[in-house]
Amino acid sequence: MKRMRGETLINLLLAGMLLLVPLAAWALEEPFYITLATRVAILALAAVGLNLALGLGGLVSFGHAAFFGIGGYAAGILATHGSDQMLVIWPVAVVLSGFVALVTGAISLRTSGVYFIMITLAFAQMIYYFAISWPAYGGEDGLSLSLRNAFPGIGTALPLNFFLICYALLIAALYLFARIRDSRFGAALQAARQNEVRLAAVGIAPFPIRLVAFVLSGMMTGLAGSLFADLNRFVSPSMLSWQMSGELIVLVILGGTGRLFGPVAGAMLFVLFESILGGFTEHWQLLLGLILLGVVLFARGGLVGLLAGKARHG
Amino acid sequence: MQTALLIEQILNGLQFGVMLFLMAAGLTLIFGVMGVINLAHGSLYMLGAFACAAVAAATGSFWLGLVASLAAAAAAGAIVELLVIRRLYDRDHLDQVLATFALILIFSEGTRWLFGSFPLYLDIPPLLSGAVDLPGGARYQLYRLAIIVVGIAVAIGLYLLIAKTRLGMRIRAGESDREMIAALGVDIRTLYTIVFALGAALAGLAGAMVGALQSVQVGMGEPVLILAFVVIVIGGIGSIKGALVGAALVGLVDTLGRFLLPLSFSFFLGPSQGATVGAALASMLIYVVMALILAFRPRGLFQAST
Amino acid sequence: MAETILAIRNLRKSFGALKATDDVSLELRAGEIHALIGPNGAGKTTLIHQIAGAVKQDSGTIAFLGRDIGGLGVAERARLGLGRSFQVSSLAPEFSALRNVMLAVQSQQGSSLRVFRRVMSDPTLTEPALKMLEQVGLAGRAHVAAAELSHGERRRLEIAITLALCPKAFLFDEPMAGLGPEGSKSLIGLLSELRREAPILLVEHDMDAVFALADRVSVLVYGRVIASGSVSEIRSNTEVRRAYFGEHV
Repeated sequence: MKRMRGETLINLLLAGMLLLVPLAAWALEEPFYITLATRVAILALAAVGLNLALGLGGLVSFGHAAFFGIGGYAAGILATHGSDQMLVIWPVAVVLSGFVALVTGAISLRTSGVYFIMITLAFAQMIYYFAISWPAYGGEDGLSLSLRNAFPGIGTALPLNFFLICYALLIAALYLFARIRDSRFGAALQAARQNEVRLAAVGIAPFPIRLVAFVLSGMMTGLAGSLFADLNRFVSPSMLSWQMSGELIVLVILGGTGRLFGPVAGAMLFVLFESILGGFTEHWQLLLGLILLGVVLFARGGLVGLLAGKARHG
Repeated sequence: MQTALLIEQILNGLQFGVMLFLMAAGLTLIFGVMGVINLAHGSLYMLGAFACAAVAAATGSFWLGLVASLAAAAAAGAIVELLVIRRLYDRDHLDQVLATFALILIFSEGTRWLFGSFPLYLDIPPLLSGAVDLPGGARYQLYRLAIIVVGIAVAIGLYLLIAKTRLGMRIRAGESDREMIAALGVDIRTLYTIVFALGAALAGLAGAMVGALQSVQVGMGEPVLILAFVVIVIGGIGSIKGALVGAALVGLVDTLGRFLLPLSFSFFLGPSQGATVGAALASMLIYVVMALILAFRPRGLFQAST
Repeated sequence: MAETILAIRNLRKSFGALKATDDVSLELRAGEIHALIGPNGAGKTTLIHQIAGAVKQDSGTIAFLGRDIGGLGVAERARLGLGRSFQVSSLAPEFSALRNVMLAVQSQQGSSLRVFRRVMSDPTLTEPALKMLEQVGLAGRAHVAAAELSHGERRRLEIAITLALCPKAFLFDEPMAGLGPEGSKSLIGLLSELRREAPILLVEHDMDAVFALADRVSVLVYGRVIASGSVSEIRSNTEVRRAYFGEHV
């Protein structure tokens, strides 16, 4: 029980830090740090989505950038053509990415192991190449959003307001993740990760469970993508790139795969590296690579694992 | 005139396929024998290209550059295997993906550090410059033809190596049962290093050869790597024959698709619309084919070792 | 005569030139323990795989409670009441013993696509699971991770899991494997009681267990059933003795 409280403490700390930093920045009139915190919140949301499939389900998807980018393009295209209302854009982003996750997942999940990794990578690449060769929406150059999207009653152009929206969505996603993890569905999903033969032997087919998890996962990451496009007022095809997929996995690993606040810790670490290390040298990714290598070889539980010890499964 | 263009595109498809085969063969060997998925293979391809360009620029000889690319790639492969890959044999695929992804970052930024962000240029050697006359009135670059020949030679060489030599025998045994061959006294560690270095050398060779056709720059390896994955998925992991068939298929489908689809769509949609739609669809074509094949054969066409 | 729960007719399975299952017919009747024995490599595990649905047979039928299950997957057969244990313990290692059993309980209760109730505070899952653990004597180890259980405890956990499936038939693949004399004795007692819940098709090498438990024995050699009958009939059967001990008996 002591271990459980330890992790809860860490989680509260992380949630608190993520809220306090932009509040402090707002009080001190340093909007740059609010933007940074918003970036953390959005990346964390994307990573919570991936954590569902990867951390709970053991599905190593190297193509989650597809959903991130689809969400982004949904926001961008709608803002150009239809509506700039977040309450319209979010459902569209979620449904669209969910649909793509359903179709690609139905094919990819028939495979396993390295096949699955390669196929998810390939599908994301397909969408990436499609996006850059479709000039109507910017092609290689990407798509700009002229204004921040609107939310009824909130002045979303203000950095702090937009941050609070993203933060609220992140907390909601974390709550959903926790409910899923502790539910029957979550039990089946985690059992599928640990031993799918055992799961089938008790009468639960792994495929439908994994597919549903994959779709939910894609939806969450898609939502994050729409927010990301909104933050930057720009949709870049790089949101669909394999580098982005790798980055999302890194976020999950750095923080602690499968841990509730792992994505939050991972996003914080990553953005910190990006800003601090990036300030020293433009080759900061070399250092990131070395750190990542170190984490994989020596510190497998990520930051949350390091601080809170091994997860307990009751 | 049309036949000449078609023949040229088919040859381009084969040349592209050869390049993919060199990458895929190494990847599938490494996975088949050692059970490791290696994302850093694209970096080895890039390394080969950079080594060739750098040495060719310094010495004026493409051929010295080619030798350098093979040596550099093989050496880098051996070092990476000894320092990193060795620790991944017992790990799950996620760890392997992450560690080799980290290697991509290290190699890419490291290369950018050494050589800067601007592309290097590599010239086609005088011996292989010029064009060759083909039936139908086309002229085809001698250099590209040479690449196809090299690819076929490598395929034959690999076949002979694996089917007829003792090393090949150990490789085949290693693919079926890793623990057993260790128990039988085969020096697994050296075998693994050799296999990894061999795969790396093939990637470096591909990179060097293509470097003369396109520019040599950081990040050139990953798109090829991903296509090589498609090849392996289609062909079946662990199967060199699958890699050959898959590479030819992917090379031809992709190249011909990019040529024929815009053309066909232009009939219906007019030249500029048709070109756009056709190009966009052509970029997705090979993945659609992959998905279709997987729908019927989830483990590829030549479902090799488990 | 007792009702036939599981009927296997003319089952065949080849891997290339190797006939792993060569025209096998056998029956499992209500209330009995039917042991399947045979020398190593006889194809016993392959047969179990086919009955459980992990391997598809080349030809022949498998009927469970009168219904042809040959085309069904592993999960479907388990839901119909075919409870299987594995030769090498197959458990969810990170989950506790309790959670492992709760999975089976959850499966029996219906759809797993439910995301709102916390399983650990759901008595409709925890109570039946605990009861199963009590039945196999593991109640005290309910919250220990499966990976940390001893070998004998894992064997018993597997049985608890199959119990939770309200099985109509048990398929046990070498449950005695790796157990010392103490463990074997207690497991034999457990299996003997289980026969009242549902008949057991028992693959075993441990002859003491077979002779103590089995109502009927079938002998599998090179994929074929060479003899089938009561324990005493099998013990005196010359072909069986030849299969085990060679020509010089």
